[in-house]
Amino acid sequence: MTTASNDSAPEGFDPVRRRFLSTAAAAAGVALAPGVMLYGITRPTPASARPLDEAVSPTVRWGMLIDVNRCQEGCDKCVTACAEENGLTGHGRPRTDAQWIRKIEITDPASGASKSLPVMCQHCADPPCVDVCPTGASFKRADGIVLVDKHTCIGCRYCMLACPYKARSFVHETLSDQKSHAPRGKGTVESCTMCVHRIDAGRTPACVEVCNAEAGGAMMFGDLNDPDSEISKRIATYATTQIRADLGLDPGVRYQNL
Amino acid sequence: MKATRFSELEGNSSGFWGLLLLLGAVLAAGLGAAGYMEHFGHYVTGMDNQIVWGMPHVFAVFLIVAASGALNVASIGSVFGRTPYKPLGRLSSLVAIALLVGGLTVLVLDLGRPDRLIVAMTKYNFKSIFAWNIYLYIGFLGVVALYIWMQMERRMNRFVPAAGLVAFVWRLALTTGTGSIFGFLVAREAYDSAVMAPLFIAMSFSFGLAIYILVLMAACRGAARELGDALIARLGRLLGIFAAAVLYFTIVQHLTNLYAAEHAGVERFLLVEGGIYTGLFWGGQVVLGGLLPMALVFRKTDKPGARVALASMLVILGGMAQVYVIIIGGQAYPLTLFPGMEVQSTFFDGVVAPYTPSLPEIVLGLGGMALAGLVILLGMKILRFLPDSLADAAIDPHHRAAE
Repeated sequence: MTTASNDSAPEGFDPVRRRFLSTAAAAAGVALAPGVMLYGITRPTPASARPLDEAVSPTVRWGMLIDVNRCQEGCDKCVTACAEENGLTGHGRPRTDAQWIRKIEITDPASGASKSLPVMCQHCADPPCVDVCPTGASFKRADGIVLVDKHTCIGCRYCMLACPYKARSFVHETLSDQKSHAPRGKGTVESCTMCVHRIDAGRTPACVEVCNAEAGGAMMFGDLNDPDSEISKRIATYATTQIRADLGLDPGVRYQNL
Repeated sequence: MKATRFSELEGNSSGFWGLLLLLGAVLAAGLGAAGYMEHFGHYVTGMDNQIVWGMPHVFAVFLIVAASGALNVASIGSVFGRTPYKPLGRLSSLVAIALLVGGLTVLVLDLGRPDRLIVAMTKYNFKSIFAWNIYLYIGFLGVVALYIWMQMERRMNRFVPAAGLVAFVWRLALTTGTGSIFGFLVAREAYDSAVMAPLFIAMSFSFGLAIYILVLMAACRGAARELGDALIARLGRLLGIFAAAVLYFTIVQHLTNLYAAEHAGVERFLLVEGGIYTGLFWGGQVVLGGLLPMALVFRKTDKPGARVALASMLVILGGMAQVYVIIIGGQAYPLTLFPGMEVQSTFFDGVVAPYTPSLPEIVLGLGGMALAGLVILLGMKILRFLPDSLADAAIDPHHRAAE
C-alpha cells in the first residue's frame, strides 16, 4: 500500500493529513462565516437597524468625537445638512429660528490662535434639561440620546435656561412642510436628536455623514460603550475634551485637539 | 378691647363698579394679548432663543413672590401673637391667594402650549424644582383657604394658630422653591447660588407687605372705614425693615459672586456695564425701591399715610426692577462655553442678548395683576374680609397707654 501511494503522489504527500486539513478548513469556514457575516451586517455602519417594536439597548451609548483640527473655518456643511435632514426651515429671523447645530469660532485673546467647531446638544449622561423638565418631556433614551417628547412638552422653556450649551431652540411660529421623520411643534422646545431616526435605521447622523463625505472628515459617530468601536479606540488613544467638563455632566460629544 | 367686627363691602358705589370695570377690562386685554401670542407664536414677543423668559415671567415671579409675602401679616398675628395684626389676617390671606392666582395665570398663559395645562397637572418629573413648585403653589392655595375658613368660622377659631403655623411654614417652602428655580441653574453665572432662596424670601416679605398696605389703604378709604395712623406707621416701619433685608441679601448675592474670579464678567455686566440692567439695579432696586422707602418710613410723623403709601409704591416699582434684572439680565449675559476664549457664532454665542419687552407681554402681565385685583375686590364684596374699623384704639389695647 505504501508502495502504491508512493507511485501516484510526490514524496512526502500524506492524503490523510490533506483530508484532515481540508475538512478542518471547511469546518472553520462554516463556523466563522456567520460571525463574519454578522460582523459585516453590524459593523459597516456604526449603528444597526433596530426593529421598531424592540426596546433601545442600554448597553449602547451613542456619541460623537469631533476632531477640531479637521474642522474647517467657514465650512458649515454640517449645519445645512442638519437643517435639510430635519426640516429646519427658517423664517429669516435668526433670533427666533431654530438651530440644532451651530459653528462656533473661538479665538484665544492672548495668542490670537483661532479654531472652528460645531456645537450641538451634547447628549449628557446627566442632562440638566432632563432634571429640570417639570413634565418629564425632556428625557434620555436608554442608548444615551437626549430627546424631547413633543406630546408632553408644555413649552415652559426651563430646559433652555438649564442647558449649559445653549443647545435648545423654541419653536416660535407656525411650521409647514415638516419632515415626517422629525416632527416638530409650535410652542414646544427641540434640539439635536443625533438623527435618532437614522440611527434606528442603522445609519449615521446627517452632520457626520456630510462631514465625512464632503468636508474635512472631522466628525465621528459610534458606540462609546463598545471598547472595540473606532470612536472608543480614538478616545482611548488621544486626549479628548468635553465642553464645560467642570459641570460633570459626562457629555456624549467629545472634542479632539480643542 | 372689643372683638373685631368684619363685614362685606357694600359694593354699590360708582367707585366700586368703576374699579370692577377697569380691572375687568385690563384682564380682558391680558387674555387677548395671550391669545395673540399663542396664535402667532412667541416670535411676536421680545423673547427669542437667547432670552427665553421675558416680561410675563417678570410679572408672574413678582406676583408669586409677593403672594407668599402678603400672608406675613396674618402670620404675625396668629403665629407670633401680635395683637394689632390679628384683625388684618383675613385680608392678608385673601391678598395672598389673589396674587398667587394672578401670577400663576400669567405663567400658564405664557407657556408655549397653555392648552396642555392638564399635562402639567398629571405628569410629574419629581427631580424638577418646577414640578415641586406646582405642588407648593396648589398646596398654598389649599392651606390658605383652610386658614381663612378657620379665621372666619367662630367654631374653628381655636385652630387658627395651628393653621397659621402650617401656612407660615408652607409659604417659606414656597418662596424657597421659587428662588431655587434660579438657584438650581448650575450653568447660569447670574444664578446658581443657594442665596437665591433667602433672597427671594426677603423679597416676598417686602413686596407682599407693600401690596398689602396699598390694598388695605385703598379698601379702607373706598369703604369709608377707619384706619389708624399708628397701625399704618407700624406697617410702614415693618416695610422698611423688610426693604433693608432685601438689600442685605442682595449684597450677599453679589459679594459671593464677586469673590469668584470666574464670575467677575457677569458682575461687571450687572453692576457696571449692563446699560438698562445696571440702571435698573442701582436706580430702580437700590435707590427707589430700597433706600428711599426706608428714608420715608423711618421718619417719625403724625400723618404717616402718604409717606407709607409712597414707600409701598416705590417698593413695588423697585421690586419689579429687581425681578427684571434677575430674570432678563441673568439671561442676557452670554453663557460661557469656552472660558477665557473669545467666541462668535451664528447663534449669538458670546454676545449680550438684546431684549425689548413687547406690548402683548406687558399687557398679559398687567392682566395678571388685574386678575389679582378682581379676586381681592370680589372677595371683599362676597365675604367678610375687611374689619369695620381699624382705628388704633379699636385694635390695639396698648394704644392709649402708649400715647
